[in-house]
Amino acid sequence: MDLDALLLSRLQFAFTIAFHILFPAFTIGLAAYLAVLEGLWLWTKREAFKVLYLFWVKIFALSFGMGVVSGVVLSYQFGTNWSEFIRLTGGVIGPLLAYEVLTAFFLEASFLGVMLFGWKKVGPKLHFASTVLVAVGTTISAFWILSANSWMQTPQGFQIMADGRFEATDYMQVIFNPSFPTRLAHMLLAAFLTTGLVVGGVSAWRLLKDRAAGVKTEGWSESRISLVMAVGLIAVLAPLQLVVGHASGEVAHKYQPSKTAAIEGYWETRADQPLHLFGIPDRNAQKNHFEVSIPGVGNLIQGVPKDEVIKGLDSWAREDQPPPFIPFFGFRIMVGLGLLMIGLGAWGAVLIWRKKIFDSPLFLRFAVLMGPAGFIAVLAGWMVTEVGRQPWVVYGVLKTRDAVSPVIASQVATSLIAYVLVYSVVFTAGAIFILRLMAEGPVAAVTAPSPRGQRSPGTPLAKAPEDTTPGRPDRVPGDPK
Amino acid sequence: MNLDLQLIWAGLIAVSVLLYVTLDGFDLGIGILFPFAKSPGERDVMMNTIAPVWDGNETWLVLGGGGLLAAFPLAYSVLMPALYLPILLMLAGLILRGVAFEFRFRARNRGRKFWTQMFSGGSILTAVAQGLVLGGFIQGVTVRDDRFAGGQFDWLTPYTLLVAAGLVAGYALLGGAWLMMKTKDNLHGDAKRWTRISALIVTGLLAAVSVATLLIHPRVAARWGFDLHDGFALELAKLLPLLPIPLLGLIGLGIVFVMSRKGSHRWPFVGAILVFLSGYLGLAVGFAPYIVPYALNFRQAAAPDNALGLMLVGTAAILPLILAYTAWVYWVFRGKIDEEAGYHH
Repeated sequence: MDLDALLLSRLQFAFTIAFHILFPAFTIGLAAYLAVLEGLWLWTKREAFKVLYLFWVKIFALSFGMGVVSGVVLSYQFGTNWSEFIRLTGGVIGPLLAYEVLTAFFLEASFLGVMLFGWKKVGPKLHFASTVLVAVGTTISAFWILSANSWMQTPQGFQIMADGRFEATDYMQVIFNPSFPTRLAHMLLAAFLTTGLVVGGVSAWRLLKDRAAGVKTEGWSESRISLVMAVGLIAVLAPLQLVVGHASGEVAHKYQPSKTAAIEGYWETRADQPLHLFGIPDRNAQKNHFEVSIPGVGNLIQGVPKDEVIKGLDSWAREDQPPPFIPFFGFRIMVGLGLLMIGLGAWGAVLIWRKKIFDSPLFLRFAVLMGPAGFIAVLAGWMVTEVGRQPWVVYGVLKTRDAVSPVIASQVATSLIAYVLVYSVVFTAGAIFILRLMAEGPVAAVTAPSPRGQRSPGTPLAKAPEDTTPGRPDRVPGDPK
Repeated sequence: MNLDLQLIWAGLIAVSVLLYVTLDGFDLGIGILFPFAKSPGERDVMMNTIAPVWDGNETWLVLGGGGLLAAFPLAYSVLMPALYLPILLMLAGLILRGVAFEFRFRARNRGRKFWTQMFSGGSILTAVAQGLVLGGFIQGVTVRDDRFAGGQFDWLTPYTLLVAAGLVAGYALLGGAWLMMKTKDNLHGDAKRWTRISALIVTGLLAAVSVATLLIHPRVAARWGFDLHDGFALELAKLLPLLPIPLLGLIGLGIVFVMSRKGSHRWPFVGAILVFLSGYLGLAVGFAPYIVPYALNFRQAAAPDNALGLMLVGTAAILPLILAYTAWVYWVFRGKIDEEAGYHH
């Protein structure tokens, strides 16, 4: 086996999956948000909900497209770079991935077409149903992929045959493995929070801009509605996420003690562990430098009695320890951001209660700053859980180094460079398009005419009537032909 | 009940790949024909004919790949490393093609030009890479101890390049015929010309690929009743039952040529599909029952029966639903597209 090919394959997987996860983390929540907006619009007939829907659906289309193409890469990378993993565990994990395609991907892909292009082709109810089905599809997709990932963290319901291949003995145990329920809840909440933070940040930015321009807004403008919706969501879900995240940590403590030890920076196996707030974990020295700790509360945080022994990394041979640096810091970044989200939600809720939320530039600026926090927390959290599982690809059963394909380093280097190049172009462009849309804002994007040169000549909308018929509203016309 | 799960799954994956090649085939064909369009307006319409359906079409590729992973993990784990670089090229092409749908509409002047080129370039790259994958598959894969044991450029031979050229032309034919069905006026006229030219090229390349495939592996030739070991011998008893397959392709090409001359808008697309069906079956006859030619058959590579059984339950319940709503989506977006009556409003 080629060690460099292993390292490069790991880098490549980390790179491609890190880019990919940003989009599901955003679109799972955004799809649900769009379904809510369209439902409210159908129900209340309020124009503002339509305007908001038409604004966010454009950002959804871009994000979803990038999520799709970066996801296809992953489903093939299992084979190109981790063929031994699939050869050995395909019989167990394969059906979960197949069910994801069958139950989620087709649903999302097919009804996305109707959602984006079907306004004039189907009635409002069918269109709403399509939006709902896309949202349902994204959630089903999360169900299966998190089940597969959780099985890799806490495997059960299988046996290893004489030739080394895995066979399932009970698929219900495989699917509903111990870490799955909490991990699914944790990820779905993270996705909703990510979307809420983006929507809240964009809305707050718009309100700040209006303030700066001296625009007087009375009543419920689009951005006011979306800000309150977002802040309300965060106020409820951010504290809930703390509870669910803690439950997820308890599962890890029980089933993946080496991960917990790395996260907490425990080197020594002992009772009455401290809580390390800061430190630089050093694998060579097998200790933390510059520790800032609170003694006597570590066990409490883990939810176990003070006199119970909690394993430190010294319980494992060095080659079986996870590299502690990323889990240790990733966890602290994630939790820190989570606490800020709780703060944002609580502060916002108080301001809503006092009817002052639109008049607090300080809060609005905080909301803008927190806009990308969900993405960072999601990335940090996944790094904690994936690096924390090392050196195993299937915890305790199959090592990552035994899962890699029989490919040579130069091949993997080629593909890694190719992915970096392609992703740089694609995701830079995508980010520019999304930020540009966000800067235009909901109202401008729907009603204001775009400069002639920026519109594709000959597109249907160049000749469309004046009214703001929904559809691809970016090209809803305003200027005379 | 005793179902032959392995055989059913081999069949399901074969159908999934065939559906992919046909459905995304015309999407990719439109990208391949993009450089020949006369104006940006024509390109807009061409793209609009597939914008609502391409994502669903591409999903069949994910089902083909995911199904192979799940039902025949051994085959998947051998084939993917064997075809490492062409798979990479295909994925890169699919990324560029896929995002171009949204980006092209979103971009301004220069960016718009760039994403037009990326849409076309991505489609062509995808088609070429798929041809290399197909060619590399048919010419056989070196396997030792259930693992790929060949070289990293095994897939790059004159034969695979010929197959890639054939597939690009085939996709162009599908794309052209699709456009004949979905467009009118000048663009329809262009599509008709593109279809006829592609059909001519396909005729030549299909013949060349057929001959080359017979030469590539004695096993394939023997399947068709040819013995090329020692001069030339022909066993009619083997060839005759298979003759309907090439005949189907000839009928398909005939339909394309005759019906496009007669002014039909729909029949050329039917003809193009028959050509693909014929090519697909023709190749399949050569390598079946191998799923990793010519080293592992589908029974050797199959997942345990409980995995296949679990997936079959879901597939039996869900696949009809998928087919039903896919058909519904096509029905929603039926009819001709033109610059005035596009989807974007």
